[in-house]
Amino acid sequence: MTGVSEGLTRQPMLEGLPVGSESPFSPGSPFAAPIAHLFQITLVVCAVIGIGVTLAIGYSLVAFRSRDGVEPVQRTGNVTLEVIWTAVPIAIVLGLFVLSIETMTRSDPAADRAPDLVVVGHQWWWEVRYPCGVVSANEIHVPAGAPLLVRLESADVIHDFWVPQLARKMDAIPGHPNLFWMSADVAGSYGGTCAEFCGTQHAWMRLLVIAQSRPEFDAWQTAQLAPALAPAAGAAARGERTFRDEACGNCHTIAGRGFEGRVAPDLTHLESRGTLAAGATDDTREDLTAWLRDPHAVKPGCHMPDFKLSEAKVDDLVAYLGELR
Amino acid sequence: MTTPAIVLPAAHRDVDARWFDWVGTVDHKRIGLLYLWTALFFFLVGGCEALLVRLQLAVPHATLLSPDAYNQLFTMHGTTMIFLVVMPTLAGFANYLVPLMIGASDVAFPRLNALAYWLFPLGGFLLHFSWLAGGAPNVGWFSYAPLSETPFTGVAHGADYWAISLVVLGVGTVAGAINLIATILALRAPGMTMQRVPLFVWMVFVNSFLTVLALPALTASCVLLLVDRLFSAHLFLPSAGGSALMWQHFFWSFGHPEVYIMALPAFGMISEVVPVFSRKPIFGYAFVAASTVAIAVLSFGVWAHHMFAVGLGRVAEAVFAASSLLIAVPTGIKIFSWVATMWGGAIRLTTAMLFAVAFLIQFVIGGLSGVTFAVVPIDWQVTDTYYVVAHFHYVLFGGTAFGVMAALYYWFPKMTGRLLDERVGRLHFWLMVVGFNLTFFVQHFLGLLGMPRRVYTYPDLPYWAALNMVSTVGAFVLGVSSLVLLFNVLRSLKVGEIAGDNPWNAWTLEWAAASPPPEHNFDALPPVHSRRPLWDLAHPDAPDSRVGADETADAPRPSAAKVAVLSFIASETAFFALLIVAYAFYTATSREGPSPHTSLDPVRTGLFTLALIASSFTLRRAEADHDARRTRRSVGWLVATIILGVVFLVGQGTEYERLFRNGITVQTNLFATTFFTLTGFHGLHVLVGLIALAVVLVLALLGELTGRLAYGLRSVAYYWHFVDVVWIVVFSVVYVRGAL
Repeated sequence: MTGVSEGLTRQPMLEGLPVGSESPFSPGSPFAAPIAHLFQITLVVCAVIGIGVTLAIGYSLVAFRSRDGVEPVQRTGNVTLEVIWTAVPIAIVLGLFVLSIETMTRSDPAADRAPDLVVVGHQWWWEVRYPCGVVSANEIHVPAGAPLLVRLESADVIHDFWVPQLARKMDAIPGHPNLFWMSADVAGSYGGTCAEFCGTQHAWMRLLVIAQSRPEFDAWQTAQLAPALAPAAGAAARGERTFRDEACGNCHTIAGRGFEGRVAPDLTHLESRGTLAAGATDDTREDLTAWLRDPHAVKPGCHMPDFKLSEAKVDDLVAYLGELR
Repeated sequence: MTTPAIVLPAAHRDVDARWFDWVGTVDHKRIGLLYLWTALFFFLVGGCEALLVRLQLAVPHATLLSPDAYNQLFTMHGTTMIFLVVMPTLAGFANYLVPLMIGASDVAFPRLNALAYWLFPLGGFLLHFSWLAGGAPNVGWFSYAPLSETPFTGVAHGADYWAISLVVLGVGTVAGAINLIATILALRAPGMTMQRVPLFVWMVFVNSFLTVLALPALTASCVLLLVDRLFSAHLFLPSAGGSALMWQHFFWSFGHPEVYIMALPAFGMISEVVPVFSRKPIFGYAFVAASTVAIAVLSFGVWAHHMFAVGLGRVAEAVFAASSLLIAVPTGIKIFSWVATMWGGAIRLTTAMLFAVAFLIQFVIGGLSGVTFAVVPIDWQVTDTYYVVAHFHYVLFGGTAFGVMAALYYWFPKMTGRLLDERVGRLHFWLMVVGFNLTFFVQHFLGLLGMPRRVYTYPDLPYWAALNMVSTVGAFVLGVSSLVLLFNVLRSLKVGEIAGDNPWNAWTLEWAAASPPPEHNFDALPPVHSRRPLWDLAHPDAPDSRVGADETADAPRPSAAKVAVLSFIASETAFFALLIVAYAFYTATSREGPSPHTSLDPVRTGLFTLALIASSFTLRRAEADHDARRTRRSVGWLVATIILGVVFLVGQGTEYERLFRNGITVQTNLFATTFFTLTGFHGLHVLVGLIALAVVLVLALLGELTGRLAYGLRSVAYYWHFVDVVWIVVFSVVYVRGAL
């Protein structure tokens, strides 16, 4: 199985853009950068203390080894020294506390307007809703360079939205919506994942944030708002009939075709996305075929039932879904 | 070698012991060994679970384990290691060593000690029975709601076994802690003031208070989860109006003190081993002892640092950031003190000392990574990643487990009369150090590269596969080191070098007993004027300076029974406190359905309350008459107390019956759930109290409330008065406040 990055190169609009390393240490956002900076300072402080203690231990092991059973001076303590090594750490943690508060304010400012994006965590996929009405899943297109206020909810259990390069992580808690800020300095794709154990397929609840220039983002939004067109005659039309007969629309939405389920990812523009099943697999024809043959062979334990479709029905569905760009 | 001025009894050999001597033992040393052997068994179980986890994670997209199997394995690995390995191991060492170190012949309550032990294999069995009963729990060792609620766990009962077994294990743990508190306060030898106790004893002492107050929070949390799961309530189900976050608050108010419960005894072990093999006393005993208390107190104020990513709000985050950063300071004091003990010493690098040195370095790494979590914005990136997995394994394995290894090599000769082989020990040590660091150091990087925790597989992102493979290799090296440990223990038991009473030339009282000690531990004790009685004995011309004032042979000690019952009351206070908080929170948020105002009758309940309060007065009369040896009158007052208690229970029963008839049951709404849970557990405590009073009544009638049982009436009275006080609080919070 290939990784997310390979899946992306199949989409022309993203060819050549750098794929991030998903590390808090390669921040791509004014909200993540202060955290990386503070992390570096803290690591230096910790390294100094850790190396200092290790050197003291190492030196003792060399310089103060037992010789012929001679008992050393039975020193029991030194109050001055002990006070110093109480006071200095207090000062250090006080400094870290001040830096923490300052960084918290910069990386997680108060929310001051309506959210730009609503993300809802589901077992085991991400629903993304834009104020203009676009609904997507697992891949979040955003305009580069703009701070975005995200409202994070959950439809079932606790999840966690984590795109390390762009923002802090934030829990998605049922009954307790959270707000946080995210932005991407430059266009590119930034990987992320669910970071709170949420059941069987927590491992495959991955995220991709695709930052684009304003014109490209607007074009994407416009394209996403368009409903699906009637399928071409032949396999695709048969596929839509199968989609209807098998009641796929009970869970999935395909706008404009009368399918309005909200329990599972919106499929209206399925082929505009690079992966399936929240990163569990890519979105090639072969992958989609394998998925429809038996979702549990690809993502065991997922909530999509295995409909035990015949090969013919699978092929028709693939033809139908393949047109949903 | 020391030349003690006292005659030691002959070394005790267990060759004649039969298996049922072990099963029925109440000897603290045997019970300690039972803890250790059972914990070793579960260590192998938990270790195999870990190896399976690491095998699955060795390569990306692996299909060795299904996701559900993996989730069960990591849940059981964590639960097993924490509750069935680390805690019992520390309890085992404490049980074995504390009486010896304070010059006592056993713990204060040997039979309670045995009960506390046997609850451990029972709890372990209950937990592991889940494998056969539909699946082990698969929701993580802290069972976050609502994932652990029935809509998401389906028909599987794993989470129920988890909760029930933890309740059983918790009772045993608290019983053990109560016993240790009573032992340390009441049974110290004359001269052994609290200022002179070995640091291991001091840390076990402080740790026992932590245990007594924190474990009941776990019990209460598990009870509430079980009420949700088994009685269809919805305390933690947001879809029905409950709160997922409240589970986290409740759990972590246990969970955070718990991690210090797992650390403090290990700190105590290191505080014994490092001085002996540096040939100097511990540097800064007073600061180390005080820092232990600081850690214990602070540990109750940091729990929400496990929740920095849930959206607590800036103020709460700042408060918990401050307390979490602060708690690093007392731990740092200890580290510096241990290093200063080594500095200027005459270090003997025995295997025990090797493990202690590794502990120091590894615990510093784990402690420092913990400090990074207290810096909230950093937590916002690395919580729930492999960085945190690295952190807690560094403190719990690199720290506590290595400390336990140091303790094992140090005290094995005392427990068995034979030394563990030093050469095999070195092999064990190096395999363990290399294996441990290989497994877990790279996990810091995995977390910093974006790998979340609790994933059964992962994508082939840069370096993830390589680092995971390294970690897996390290895990198997660790596995081999465990086999070497097992080999060393089993072989040394048979043919290890005979140790004698004090092979290390150490200074605390356990080394004045034979190896292994006879059942009663000591025939005679050296005089205790300082923290190192055996040093003083061996250096009569250069003893340690006297610590505090000396004691006479009949130095007063607190009553063990009084200390025990008051500690028990403290644990019950913690339990009820959580239930009362739950009641207050959920009743305030319960918008529909019955309310205290509409469904309760404070006047009617007030009458039964009066009966319960009156029973405390009759019990006071019974105590006074018993003290004045007016047995007949005392018995009469006891009977009155019991009758009044029964009246209260009947009253509560009729109230329940009325509520049921009006369709108000435990599942009706959040107020009803917490009302029935709180008053139900109180009623249960009244019932237990009535049974205890009946037992005391019979003993009084038979004239047997004397000698060791003389305190029996007083102990039960303390408990009964406490149950009354709880009811007064409950009545005020539930009935009086509810009616207004």
